[in-house]
Amino acid sequence: MKSILFKGAALVTGAVLLAAPALAAPVAEAAAVVTEVVEAAPAVPNPGNNGFMMTATVLVLLMIIPGLALFYGGLTRSKNMLSTMTQIGAAASLAMLVWVMYGYGLAFGPEGNEFISWGKFFLAGVTPDSTAATFTDEVISEYIFISFQMTFAAITAALVLGSVVERMKFSATMVFTLVWLTIVYFPIAHMVWEARGVFFVMGALDFAGGTVVHINAGVSALVAAYILGKRKGYPTEPMMPHSLTLTMVGTGLLWVGWFGFNAGSALEANGSAALAMINTFVATAAGGLFWMLTERAMGHKGSALGFCSGVIAGLVAVTPAAGNSGPFGAILLGAVASVICYFFVAKVKPALGYDDALDAFGIHGVGGIVGAIGTGIVFSPALGGPGGDDFAMGAQLVTQISAVAATIVISAVGTAIAMYIAKAITGLRVDEESEVNGLDISEHGERAYN
Amino acid sequence: MKFIIAIIKPFKLDEVRQALSNMGIAGMTVIEVKGFGRQKGQTEIYRGAEYSTNMLPKVKLEIAASDEIAAQVVETIQQTANTGAIGDGKIFVLDLASATRIRTGESGETAL
Repeated sequence: MKSILFKGAALVTGAVLLAAPALAAPVAEAAAVVTEVVEAAPAVPNPGNNGFMMTATVLVLLMIIPGLALFYGGLTRSKNMLSTMTQIGAAASLAMLVWVMYGYGLAFGPEGNEFISWGKFFLAGVTPDSTAATFTDEVISEYIFISFQMTFAAITAALVLGSVVERMKFSATMVFTLVWLTIVYFPIAHMVWEARGVFFVMGALDFAGGTVVHINAGVSALVAAYILGKRKGYPTEPMMPHSLTLTMVGTGLLWVGWFGFNAGSALEANGSAALAMINTFVATAAGGLFWMLTERAMGHKGSALGFCSGVIAGLVAVTPAAGNSGPFGAILLGAVASVICYFFVAKVKPALGYDDALDAFGIHGVGGIVGAIGTGIVFSPALGGPGGDDFAMGAQLVTQISAVAATIVISAVGTAIAMYIAKAITGLRVDEESEVNGLDISEHGERAYN
Repeated sequence: MKFIIAIIKPFKLDEVRQALSNMGIAGMTVIEVKGFGRQKGQTEIYRGAEYSTNMLPKVKLEIAASDEIAAQVVETIQQTANTGAIGDGKIFVLDLASATRIRTGESGETAL
């Protein structure tokens, strides 16, 4: 998703206007203009690429629901299972609607500067013939590009909620999601992925969304958890995951869906997508095993939840590196991220005492930061990465770290604003009795298990 | 008549049931229970968060037996459920005042 230049209807019109004066011009000139017209002729989407991107897009939807819903749901207590899954489904759905109304315009609109864009609100002017550029001369149908990017906004909004489950009002999650997408997600997506965006211009490497999705969601989750406060009884009462079976099922669906997320970010079915695909296998495998190894090294048993957590850490870390690393660089990245996330979740979090209920920050935020900075290392051809011979690791690392730092600041500030708006409108948190009874019954009037 | 209550390790259930069937015990009630004795609890760890559970799962058997075989039932359970480790469980014997078979209305030892 590096560069997005639209070559749709606007270019066709331009070419026709250029051609008009040529009719009266000398033959030689006319010939030159005709050549230009031929070059500017609208590219037609390759059905193979379109088909691949449609598949990739629905795979990302699979990551959200049921993937993330089951992964997160299984980690909560049984009285909050439906609440957790419903918040994910509803936040993602809200993101989809907002995306087609103004999100796409704010992130990828035709007008704009390095921080935001505008235009194409309510998808104005987009037709089945509209196209969006890939990273080569190919194009894909713009509706597919819009849908693909839509799922990214949806999953990022859903990921944030992992830290605030079991105590935040459903209405508050909806208000928060709306404001947060508007002031945090859309601008960051623009800055990293749109050709005019400030981090894009700087040359920050983020293949599939390490900064936009994972650091952004992770840091936002941390700030939201601080503002919302701890769950009643945390950390003295046991709050064990109610179904690691469902968490394992969710982990598998996330892993499968992640191929759409990472390989699809190549925007066409080419070698870059193939590289992203194999990296999504091997970095993840390394992540799963290294978390279990770390548990063993710390004197515990290698656990199912450890495996699942490591798988997610590996997936998160390889996201920015998917098409920016060789397979062995990806293995290194997955393993390192997994070990660092383990210590963050098992040691640093208890020491700091915040209640990031499902470790959205500990895994997505920390894994995302390791991945984004690590991408500046594994991109190097010396490590089998696709960087050129002139690749300067030091300069790239500075770029990566600045993009990470700026994302952290924007996410943190924007999340604080969004949380206080949600608090003013909805009260933010359920009362104590509702929390004890569980959000399934108190917020939705249902129970997951009868 | 005696009423025998035995708390045993869950994995020993099949062996005990087989041994009791072999000596002619025609029925028993099995209940999954939790409790603690000298064995205390166990530790569970989720992403580094340690929870000590002070209750362990056990299986409770309830058997009604005639006075003649009660001692043999106790001995059979004691020998079959024994692993030599703490947490093997306990056996309690109570006097049983009466027994009635619901289908026929028979009472006393014929109802066992």
